[in-house]
Amino acid sequence: MDLSRRRLLMLLPAAAVAWKYVEAGTPESSPNYKLTDHWWAMLIDIPKCIGCGSCVRACANENDVPEGYFRTWVERYHVSDWKIERPEVESPNGGKQGFPPNEESGGKNFFVPKLCNHCSDSPCTQVCPVGATFSTPDGVVLVDKTYCLGCRYCVQACPYGCRFINPKTNTAEKCTLCYHRITKGLTTACCEVCPTGARQLADLKNPNDPIHEFLRTHTVQVLKPHMATGAKVFYNGMDGSVR
Amino acid sequence: MRFSGPAIQTPAHGKNHVFKDIEHLIRLAAVMAIGLIAFIVLRAAVVPRSFGQYGHYRGAAIAEAAAHPISYAGHTVCEGCHTDVVEQKKLGKHVGVPCEACHGPLAKHADDPASVTPPKLDTAVLCARCHEANSAKPKWFPQVVTADHSGGVACDTCHQPHKPRIEDEKTAASGRKN
Repeated sequence: MDLSRRRLLMLLPAAAVAWKYVEAGTPESSPNYKLTDHWWAMLIDIPKCIGCGSCVRACANENDVPEGYFRTWVERYHVSDWKIERPEVESPNGGKQGFPPNEESGGKNFFVPKLCNHCSDSPCTQVCPVGATFSTPDGVVLVDKTYCLGCRYCVQACPYGCRFINPKTNTAEKCTLCYHRITKGLTTACCEVCPTGARQLADLKNPNDPIHEFLRTHTVQVLKPHMATGAKVFYNGMDGSVR
Repeated sequence: MRFSGPAIQTPAHGKNHVFKDIEHLIRLAAVMAIGLIAFIVLRAAVVPRSFGQYGHYRGAAIAEAAAHPISYAGHTVCEGCHTDVVEQKKLGKHVGVPCEACHGPLAKHADDPASVTPPKLDTAVLCARCHEANSAKPKWFPQVVTADHSGGVACDTCHQPHKPRIEDEKTAASGRKN
């Protein structure tokens, strides 16, 4: 074959493109999982949460979350008497080792687990300049870490403070709703280990999911509904002081 | 208003000069064509094939997120083998507590039970995480101040973690009811 220098140079870009796909390979997809058949959400039953921190530890184990950063965390609220607009909130190490005993000082105390709300109109995906974070067709907000520039726009945009920059990869990171588990028919790591059933994964597109009955019969809220983010983490029995 | 400068003197043109003008256009067109081809080739090289498959992002990223390895096997997997523990748990209040809440992530043990042994647990730490008294815990949840309740004695001296209620004959012996 007559391959001149000119021809070779012309072929090189095409070869580079082809080789990239040879190297990358295709990741193993979950069989029988249809993206369009699911619409994932979570239910958090605040009166059931005992603040043990099992969810925080499980999340860190399952997803290799770096120490000092959290994809989910637990907050302890203290609301004294009528000061509903000024709750005292603490979360020592994200509640990972539980909470130290607190003094009974009147008012009310309770725990609130937090995580990404997997908003259907999420502000974080709208600000990404490169399309590195997105809402999947089954309603989970994910980060493509090979595409993320680490510009931190999304970290600022999230009204719930659910994102951080991983110090090792310098890319944005957040709760994936254990996407690798839920696509295989398992529940999330945090829901799996919750001893009281305070956290439950829910599929809003599944008509047999108990979430529908629960939402009908309980007083349920989302966080910051005035921001119209379409949050899909539903809180049962949540006090008005929770931000 | 009409331009009132000096009349522009046009040099005498031959036919050759007319062709030369067209040549300029052809060169420009060629440069633009090369630019366009370079753009298309570069774009194909830089933009991943699955970009735009579902939206303004790389479609393959979904499958990559789903390919992350699992650490927690899930209690249904545990219950497949440990049927004796399932029966025991059914008799007590810990029936709803999933295995890995206390035993930790054991997907590796579930994959290869022979070679991966679950670590021994420290009940003094584990039980207290849930049952240490805290005013923020819901009132229905059983809580103790461990220092007063056991005085440092390991919880499993009296309580069986899979069925935590102390049997009647034991309570009679120790003179304590729980």
